[in-house]
Amino acid sequence: MPGTIKDKVAIIGMGCTQFGELWDKDVDDLIIEATYEALEDAGVEIKDIEAAWFGTMASGVTGAALAAPLKLNYIPVTHVENACGTGAETLRGPAFAIAAGVYDICLSVGVEKMKDTGYGGLHTLRLQSDKWHPIYVGGGTGPGRYALAATRYFSKYGLSPEEGKRMLAKISVKSHHNGARNPKAHLRIEVTEEQVINAPMIAWPLGLYDCCGVTDGASAAVLCRADMAKNFRDDYITIKGSGISVGPSWGKQKEDYDYTFWPETEAACKQAYEMAGIKNPRKELDMAELHDCFSIAEAIATESAGISERGRVKEDVDAGVFTQEGEIPINISGGLKSFGHPIGASGGREVYEFYKQFQGKAEDPSRQLKNVRLGLAHNQGGHPGRFQCGVTIIGAP
Amino acid sequence: MTAGIVSYGAYIPIYRLSQAELAKVWGGRERPGEKAVANVDEDSITMAVEAALDCIGNMDRNLIDRVYFASTTAPYTEKQNASLVAAALDLRNDIMTLDSANSLRGGTIALQAALDAVNAGSAKKVLVVASDCRVPPPDSAFESVLGDGAAAFLIGDSDIIAEIEGSYMTSSENLSVWRRRSDTYVQTWEDRFIKEAIYTPQLEDAVSGLLKKYNVNLADFAKVAFYGSNAREHAASARALKLDKTQVQNPLFDKVGNTGSAFVPMMLVGALEEAKPGDKILTVNFSDGADAYALKTTAGIEGVKDKRGIKRHLDSKLMLPNYGRYIHYRDLMEWEVNRMHPLEGSLNIIWRESKAIIRGNGTRCRKCGHVQLPPQRICMWCQAKDEFDYVRVSDKQGELFTYSIDERGAGVIDLPNVLSVINLDGGGRYYGQMTDKVLDKLGVGIRMEFTFRKFHEQGGFVNYFWKSRPIRC
Amino acid sequence: MEGIISYGAHIPIYRLSREILNQVWGGRGKGEKAIANVDEDSMTMGVEAARNCLKGIEKSSVDALYFASTTPPFKEKQSASIMAAALDLREDIIAVDLTDSLRSGTIALRMALDAVKAGSAKKVLVVASDCRIPPPNSALEPLFGDGAAAFLIGEGGIAVEIEGSYYLTSEFVDMWRMEYDKTTRSWEDRFIRDEGYIPHFQKAVSALLKAHNLSAKDFAKAAFYAPDARLHSDMAKRLGLDAKTQVQNPLFDQLGNTGTAFAPMILVGALEEAKPGDRILLANYGDGADAHVLRVTEGIEKIKDRRGIKKNLESKLMLDNYGKYIKFRSLMQFAETTDYRPRTSLPQLWRDRQWVFRFHGHKCKKCGKTQFPMQQFCMYCQAPEEFLEEIPLSDRKGTLFTFSMDERAPVVDPPNVLGVVNLEGGGRFFSQMTDRDVNNIKVGMPMEVTFRRIHDALGVHNYFWKCKPVRE
Repeated sequence: MPGTIKDKVAIIGMGCTQFGELWDKDVDDLIIEATYEALEDAGVEIKDIEAAWFGTMASGVTGAALAAPLKLNYIPVTHVENACGTGAETLRGPAFAIAAGVYDICLSVGVEKMKDTGYGGLHTLRLQSDKWHPIYVGGGTGPGRYALAATRYFSKYGLSPEEGKRMLAKISVKSHHNGARNPKAHLRIEVTEEQVINAPMIAWPLGLYDCCGVTDGASAAVLCRADMAKNFRDDYITIKGSGISVGPSWGKQKEDYDYTFWPETEAACKQAYEMAGIKNPRKELDMAELHDCFSIAEAIATESAGISERGRVKEDVDAGVFTQEGEIPINISGGLKSFGHPIGASGGREVYEFYKQFQGKAEDPSRQLKNVRLGLAHNQGGHPGRFQCGVTIIGAP
Repeated sequence: MTAGIVSYGAYIPIYRLSQAELAKVWGGRERPGEKAVANVDEDSITMAVEAALDCIGNMDRNLIDRVYFASTTAPYTEKQNASLVAAALDLRNDIMTLDSANSLRGGTIALQAALDAVNAGSAKKVLVVASDCRVPPPDSAFESVLGDGAAAFLIGDSDIIAEIEGSYMTSSENLSVWRRRSDTYVQTWEDRFIKEAIYTPQLEDAVSGLLKKYNVNLADFAKVAFYGSNAREHAASARALKLDKTQVQNPLFDKVGNTGSAFVPMMLVGALEEAKPGDKILTVNFSDGADAYALKTTAGIEGVKDKRGIKRHLDSKLMLPNYGRYIHYRDLMEWEVNRMHPLEGSLNIIWRESKAIIRGNGTRCRKCGHVQLPPQRICMWCQAKDEFDYVRVSDKQGELFTYSIDERGAGVIDLPNVLSVINLDGGGRYYGQMTDKVLDKLGVGIRMEFTFRKFHEQGGFVNYFWKSRPIRC
Repeated sequence: MEGIISYGAHIPIYRLSREILNQVWGGRGKGEKAIANVDEDSMTMGVEAARNCLKGIEKSSVDALYFASTTPPFKEKQSASIMAAALDLREDIIAVDLTDSLRSGTIALRMALDAVKAGSAKKVLVVASDCRIPPPNSALEPLFGDGAAAFLIGEGGIAVEIEGSYYLTSEFVDMWRMEYDKTTRSWEDRFIRDEGYIPHFQKAVSALLKAHNLSAKDFAKAAFYAPDARLHSDMAKRLGLDAKTQVQNPLFDQLGNTGTAFAPMILVGALEEAKPGDRILLANYGDGADAHVLRVTEGIEKIKDRRGIKKNLESKLMLDNYGKYIKFRSLMQFAETTDYRPRTSLPQLWRDRQWVFRFHGHKCKKCGKTQFPMQQFCMYCQAPEEFLEEIPLSDRKGTLFTFSMDERAPVVDPPNVLGVVNLEGGGRFFSQMTDRDVNNIKVGMPMEVTFRRIHDALGVHNYFWKCKPVRE
């Protein structure tokens, strides 16, 4: 019988670096900046940290990659990795350790230095996390693999290429509109639907503005026992639920995998909703940060998380359900699309958005949502058919 | 400072490759414009010789004390290239020559060295030549941008047409573009990294360094000639520097292309061509650091407007008919073996006859006064023996007496081979290959001139010679 | 009686028009020639021709494979052995590479007949395939084409009887490549014509006719080699053949001279149109010459469903530009790339050989589901490995479930098209799509699989299967 982590763990300080092409910063700089923002925000010092979790996919190995720049004091450091879903895992570790009563105060840091490769896109060589077969790779890139889902989604639900592209464009326009007003975001530009639709093609039907940036950045959180959070601040937040689902990776080969739904997302959400006691996510959640490395990823995640019905996300997009003024704002931060996606940092960065929103401290007041208390952070690695999904439900206490 | 620019010159090869031809072969969007491409018999040395000839005009060549040759594509990596330039220019040999290589700033660095030499009194006139012929990787962003060309400046302390009011230099070990010894093609890193982390800060640093050092304002300059690796980057810098449109010297990306070491020097020539006395000009060059020069033209600028420079060379052009011709010119594929008898190269002969072959001299009979080439010990007119003086003919012009158009010419990449017979003004007859040939304008009686070109590379070295061509412009 | 039981051919889908060559080099050439796709070579084209030839024939009945080519992908490492695996032939067979002569195909034919006659093999597969690279901007460039042909030789149920042959060998050098040459070299054309092709060829043909007491008029069709179109029609005249009725079209303006595969392909073209009882003259040239008298039997009617020459010719895509061809054949040095270096692992390929080369999948004996690649336990019902039955899948067609077109993927010929194909009778194949018209890909379209070169990594050619739209 699964238990719950609900309200056992609080986050009392968070940090997030500027996201972008940070030519002048290395991994250590990013780690230090995010961590010290979080420590100062929480009012604790390095010596107060009893254990740390370090999330990165390819910007370091072992816990030493965190201990060295921060000069941690011979404490336990755990390196975790779940591809683009690393961030959620990086929060889950300390949360469970605190809930188990082993530690009082822990640190979680996620980071990725993407822009040291000299290549504009996602670097295929450095990021070969799968056990790819030498000849079975098939030249797969992120956009190439996610576009398979878009093609099938259009086909299954009878969307013409124009209708499908426009649905995706509306998602990107919304995310850019949000991100353009977020000072720490990477791609701070507004785009129009026509711009998105007519942008250079990356992998049909995904154009340039359907794809997230390749970004450097880090995020950090200081977590503690919920019952001692008040000693640090009144406006802390708590973890209401957490779920992880790693798929068996057979989407490429198993015929009943249909590419228009993320089963890993559904499974991870189910775990988290149960812990948090959420029965109707659409009604109960105030906001969501969904893993939108591509516009189609947000669309399908919205359905897979139970926010939209299957095959009906287009109606909700058209009705403006997910905009800042809508029923349930999605990716008010700008999302991976506009805020950027440094792999190991994204999961923590999503929670950072809730932290600021719940505290009423959204950078740029025009982005501040009113009366938000419960949010879903969805963070997912891999590609359609082979996902590692982490979901964290965050609430005001 | 007393040293300044005494004269300038430039060279743009006659051939242009249109962006449309590139799109035909590689697909993709067709860009407008064209770029200058060296002929099959040109390299950075021959182009440097052309620019230098344009620069020195009719002046007494014995007055030149130094040649500084700047290029990243000198034909020889061991063996000084400047010495060949000096010989082709028929300069004195008790001079100092040097190669300023391996940096796209080689030209503006050599300029500072030339000013120093004159100011220090160790030389009266220094010729600075920058020339580049870089081969871009096929079907790359470089391919539509890189062009070929050369520029030359004569530095001295009298008859100055542009004073150098000041200069500012930085040095940086950062890589922006590079070729290792073993690389065929220029390499680079992600464009935004180069632009944001290296190029823009270093360029701006040089500008502000100069402005601060001499307490001048950017608005004081009539023209700013500055480096940008492509049109977009160049335009972005113009905006970042807040230059007025009228201040930006046209970088000619859609006509010539980025000519490497010669790029900023050529832009400076372009600016000087249009300058009025008293105009202030700023140059900013980049790579391996950056440098900036503040120049001010004098009344003397009006006296050098007869140069071919940028404008006249630009207007005189031939379009390459297809990309295949370009592949041949730069020898980018493995060809069928040529079963014709190869030409031969002999260092002994070139050494013995360098007066004629490299220095472009003939002989004049002391008895009957006839000019003859190649040099003759026995006069072909009056049979006088060993009664001759060497006389330079490479700077002479003449009339095409007859010619042939040989579709199967031996040892010629760029068929047809045009053989020319030319009667020179003031006497002498030239018999040899014609280059930069405009086939439909050939005719007996057209006016001809000479140009220093590559002939072939047998023997493992470059065999240069003077070829004829219809007067270019 | 031994003879030809079946035939097949392959012509790559791409054609290079001579107008495109004119655009780059100048000139006035017309017509087009067949060009192997970037992922094809003589071995993969041979596999296609052989699969075409073996249509409806039990693969385990083949006892030997003779592969003839001047352009086998490996110089050390037998190509026929890879081909045999891709064709899913038995392992206890003889496989041979016959190389270096444009006549290797007709030489292999004789070896196959001998083997069958001697009783050492019941069925021998003969495959001739070539993908020669002509020097750029040369007379050979518009001339050379790529293609393959295959014949199954056996004794019983034959479609074509070989009544007699004559072989002539000669040290005469006209076309050649030395060990490190990439492109074919040749000597002056008139020398080749006057001292090489005409005398050797005529000698072989006349000796054959004399031995069998036949003359030119006794043949319904003559399928014969010539270096180019002019010499082909010249030779037809010299042999006294009627150009309209007796000469099998050598397809110089549609296909090009396909080297070792050339005479065999012309023969396939002739057999496609042949009637029982027809007598066909086959003659080949290179390092000498050979000539053969063939007699078509009733069996020919049973194998008319081959894709062969005609259907393959009609199904084509034009290459957009010469640049694509340069990249397909790697004729220039390009910029170094920082983003992608393919990898390989020979032990991994060896472990997975049954599905990598033979395209075998699994069928679960418990739940009946088919799956590819082969699994350790059933993907559907988790039944352990002993319930999984190995089955061949390469002959199955399928439908396209979804696809993507990646414009920035590190491939020579973008976009990289990924295809998810559901196979008839079960099984899903996720792979690169090749031989595709990017303007004409639709979910649900019929697909098939083809054996192709994936990449060269660590100095090894890596082969695997790809999906492609069904070619009719």
